[in-house]
Amino acid sequence: MGTTAAVLLWALGVLALVGGVLVFTLNSMARVTFALLGSLVCVGGVVTVLGLPYLGVVILLMMVMEMVIMAVFMIAYMMNPAGLMPMSMLHNKRGALAVSGVVFAVLTTAVFVVPWPDRPRVRPVDTTVQVGMSLMGDQMLTMVTLGFVLLATMVGATVLATHRGRYDRFGDDLDQRPAHDPAGGGVGR
Amino acid sequence: MVEAGAWWTLLAAPALLLGLAVLAVTTDAALTARDAGRPVTVSAAMRPLLAVPRALVAQPRRMPAPDRVLWRAGVVSVPVAAVLSTLVIPFGNVAVADLSVGLVWFNAMEVLTWAGLWLAGWGPNAAFSLVGGYRFLAQGLAYELPLMFALISTATGAQSLRVGDIAAAQDGLWYAVWMPVAFVVYLAGVLAFSFLGPFAYPVGQDIAGGVLSETSGVDRLMLQAGRWLWLAAGAAMAVPLFLGGGAGPVLPAWAWSLIKTLLVLAVLVAAVRRLPVIRADRYVEFAWVVLIPLTIVQTLVPALVGLNR
Repeated sequence: MGTTAAVLLWALGVLALVGGVLVFTLNSMARVTFALLGSLVCVGGVVTVLGLPYLGVVILLMMVMEMVIMAVFMIAYMMNPAGLMPMSMLHNKRGALAVSGVVFAVLTTAVFVVPWPDRPRVRPVDTTVQVGMSLMGDQMLTMVTLGFVLLATMVGATVLATHRGRYDRFGDDLDQRPAHDPAGGGVGR
Repeated sequence: MVEAGAWWTLLAAPALLLGLAVLAVTTDAALTARDAGRPVTVSAAMRPLLAVPRALVAQPRRMPAPDRVLWRAGVVSVPVAAVLSTLVIPFGNVAVADLSVGLVWFNAMEVLTWAGLWLAGWGPNAAFSLVGGYRFLAQGLAYELPLMFALISTATGAQSLRVGDIAAAQDGLWYAVWMPVAFVVYLAGVLAFSFLGPFAYPVGQDIAGGVLSETSGVDRLMLQAGRWLWLAAGAAMAVPLFLGGGAGPVLPAWAWSLIKTLLVLAVLVAAVRRLPVIRADRYVEFAWVVLIPLTIVQTLVPALVGLNR
């Protein structure tokens, strides 16, 4: 690893930690969310510097979308309107401390216990292809199963959450067009 | 073959992008003058640029209890993301950084606008600007997935995420020709992440300008510039993705890139002026019921062609 990469790695790592600390010290929901986003973007940078540019940039891409949507929902469902009142992000302090302490200990032990390769191997030309092959080659069945389970969960959750069925929308004989929806859609069903 | 440019391209690319954005703005102003029956002169075209010095000396508007840090972060991130997206766009045979995951990089920078606009809406602590920020997210949920599938179509066709490879893979037949759905959806996506024209919903007149309503001075300039910079960046990216990049007869590659970019930009400016604003709730249904299935089928086409090869 070159000097530039090492410096970048340390800088991004420290910034990620700072963002992580800010999540628990700031007292505005919006700021907390974007501190977490900053931290995760730095993690994406670390992954990129370590030689997996695809995963790194995808982490940036997904986390921005995810955190923005999360900010909306967190603020919408806050105990105080719009989450404008200062509040602490710390809940169940003792339990959380215990859990995080154990996780930290396990991960740190793993760093020393795992048999890392002595010599750095030759890095493949395109790590994106490697990631794709290891996910979709050997683990194809896992990925397909996972995909269906995720999709079924999403559809199921939506069906359970919506309180209007097709008879509410289309009438008793399912022949009411356009549908009786509280908000009109774009394709006139 | 696309190669990484020298250090000075790092300065030339934003300058070129700014030039294209200014050209789009002035063309729009000239067309407005023509439609209003005023004489189409240079001063009429340059009129929107007068807002720049005016914004620089304007007294900032103060709101009670704004979240200044997040507001600034949001306002700045829109134009910055637009400029960063151009790093991977080849101009002729040169890109500032020919990343192996250039397409994903462009997509990621475009998604940064989500965070930027929501923050620009949240920051001033005002209702209408926050509504504008939420509106952009609703619009984002509608346009993003079809746009992603459109981008994936091109990457599948070229079997590479490198923008230079995608341009080179269209040797002979442009992706715009045999992936027309992806091309149209991409152009709609460009208008959506520039929040211009039919997708100007987050800055709607009905909510007093939405995310722009409380900004003033340099902040407002940043957001407005960000919109047109994004439009220009999207037009420039359409060329390597769908129009064969810098390939063409007689003229050098950079000239073809410029000509094609200007043509796409002209189409986009015309669309901005012609089309009415679409409400996000209407576009969500259209996007999820019509566009996503269409773009998935569109992605299947290059996948099957690739398997057959």
